[in-house]
Amino acid sequence: MAATAPPLPQKRRLDSSLSSWRWGDRIGFVACWAAGIGLCLIAAGIVLYMGFQGLKYLDATLLVTHPNVDTDQSKSGGFLDPIIGTVLLTLIGIAIATPIAVGTAVWLVEYGRPAWLARLVESGIEVVAGTPDIVIAIFGLALFQKGLFSWMSFSAAGGAVFGRSFLTAGAMMSLIALPMVFGATREGLQSIPAHVREASYALGKTRIATIRRVLLPAVKPNVSTGAALGMGRIAGDTAIVVVLLGATLRLQSEGGLPVLGTLRGTGSTLTSYVYNNSPAGEGAAPNRAYAAAFVLLLVVIALNFAVDGIARRGARYGLESTRLDRQ
Amino acid sequence: MIGNEETHDVERLLPPPIKRIVVDEQLQPTIVQPPVADPVAATGPSAGAVRAGARAHRRGTPGPERMTLDGLSVSYGTKRAVNEVSLPIRQGEVLALIGPSGCGKTTLLRTLNRLTELTPTARREGRILLDGQDVDELEVTALRRRVSMVFQQPNPFPMSIFDNVAYALREQAMKRPGKAAVEPQVIDALRRAGLYDEVKDDLSRPALRLSGGQQQRLCIARALAVRPEVLLMDEPCSALDPRSTAVIEELIQELRSELAIVIVTHNLQQAYRVGDHVAFMYLGDLVEYGRTEQVFAAPRAQRTRDYVGGAFG
Ligand SMILES: Nc1ncnc2c1ncn2[C@@H]1O[C@H](COP(=O)(O)OP(=O)(O)OP(=O)(O)O)[C@@H](O)[C@H]1O
Ligand SMILES: [Mg+2]
Repeated sequence: MAATAPPLPQKRRLDSSLSSWRWGDRIGFVACWAAGIGLCLIAAGIVLYMGFQGLKYLDATLLVTHPNVDTDQSKSGGFLDPIIGTVLLTLIGIAIATPIAVGTAVWLVEYGRPAWLARLVESGIEVVAGTPDIVIAIFGLALFQKGLFSWMSFSAAGGAVFGRSFLTAGAMMSLIALPMVFGATREGLQSIPAHVREASYALGKTRIATIRRVLLPAVKPNVSTGAALGMGRIAGDTAIVVVLLGATLRLQSEGGLPVLGTLRGTGSTLTSYVYNNSPAGEGAAPNRAYAAAFVLLLVVIALNFAVDGIARRGARYGLESTRLDRQ
Repeated sequence: MIGNEETHDVERLLPPPIKRIVVDEQLQPTIVQPPVADPVAATGPSAGAVRAGARAHRRGTPGPERMTLDGLSVSYGTKRAVNEVSLPIRQGEVLALIGPSGCGKTTLLRTLNRLTELTPTARREGRILLDGQDVDELEVTALRRRVSMVFQQPNPFPMSIFDNVAYALREQAMKRPGKAAVEPQVIDALRRAGLYDEVKDDLSRPALRLSGGQQQRLCIARALAVRPEVLLMDEPCSALDPRSTAVIEELIQELRSELAIVIVTHNLQQAYRVGDHVAFMYLGDLVEYGRTEQVFAAPRAQRTRDYVGGAFG
């Protein structure tokens, strides 16, 4: 009996129906399925509902006309400025976050000394990653209203620094993207086996050359993935926009210079536009809110596809093909 | 990317194979070294053929000393891994380093190009001379270009085949000669490593898609590209099949005229096939050093006798 019994339950388990399971297992099994399918339904619901509503109200002129403050819906314009605002803010944020995150990850993985400092840096990034965006936003406002940062926004006649601009909002936005870029880069560096570095040193290469020419190219797909994820987070963030971008409907330039003026000025993004036009906001133009929300959703979904594409393309020279048989 | 016509052009532009020039110009004009004395090995790389002819072209006189180890000891923390080893490494010959696992062969090899310095616990005593100069006085990057290394596991960089070799050629991070500038040297290195014909169609292919044997030959090409004087090989065939092993052994035979080669191997027959001199280590000590025939046929030490005894039973 002892010899024949063990295989039996296993076989039963594999191909028997649910009816032979214990009740606890059955409930757990059904719950897992339900959770998975439920999530798919919710995702499909969001996309379909927003798609349906968005397409209903979206038309091409909305994308290219400036918004107006007007109670008459036919005159309140489109959301060109919020689209530009989202793009601009995302680019500023990621442009600040990426070099800092990559540099930090390289230092941590390749040098990481003294150890206490490395631990401190890691916990610092964890804290930043865990801080709610509204807290980051308020901190940013307090920080950038200091006279030292008056060049980033503008000062009122009395010398009070406004503290709200694309630059200040972008700087704080970089904080919410930074942990994603950092995490992806660190993971990439850690997955490069030590013998790759050793091979480079054995060719008479310095550590800097090794980082620059071997390690950084190898983690490029990781950096891109992290950057795309971070851009998705920036594009979707509302709190920092509302607090730090001024949420003026149109781009408001500060000073005469063309680009710097815009960067120092205020504006809005798709998120703040949706918020302000939704039934919750003051504008109460839900059809515009839906259309803009749909555009925002498309942007974020496109970024997610970009992540997948980068990851797949990055495998070209990658270590994945050999990592398994190495270990 | 290198198109086919372009490749042929480059072939025509190439200087004659440099190994002969090196032999002629440097150090040992007296030694006449037939590149491959064994016609069988030259045509068909079967292990048996290499073995049959392998001993045929051994010289009588040893070449000039390239490296000298003088009372070399290495410890990891308190553990002695290499104990007072003194050895000559000669140009134009292969030194085979044998011994049971853990006896310090890899440690010894990695000390020669100061790679052990990457291990924080490792400490070295004794002197290593390269052409009469203490290696500690050399810039470590320069030393490693003169004494280059092939590892036990093929370890190409995650880049294209071309870039793997070109990376070795380019000086350091900031100076970057263009692709066209390094291409002849890349192709020459690949050819010297016997890999070129297999990969010439697409040098932009990822190196990690090559077979293990091809990867190892790419690593040899990379090591050769810097034009080293000494080539260290740490069990270069242990991850390879017999055919790839035979190809690499044949390659060693061809390279031995232009370089000093030190090869670590667990395969005593391989040591016999490729080695001019054999050094037998045991628990960090150099037990025996001598000409291959002598070490295998008439070892002086009992330890050596026990170790090599089983090899040709
Ligand atoms: N990084 C290290 N830290 C501490 N001890 C080490 C280290 N590397 C090697 N050793 C020790 O030094 C001794 C010699 O190791 P080494 O790798 O040189 O042996 P080996 O002759 O190459 O062995 P094998 O034939 O198995 O490759 C071993 O006892 C090993 O445990
Ligand atoms: Mg070893």
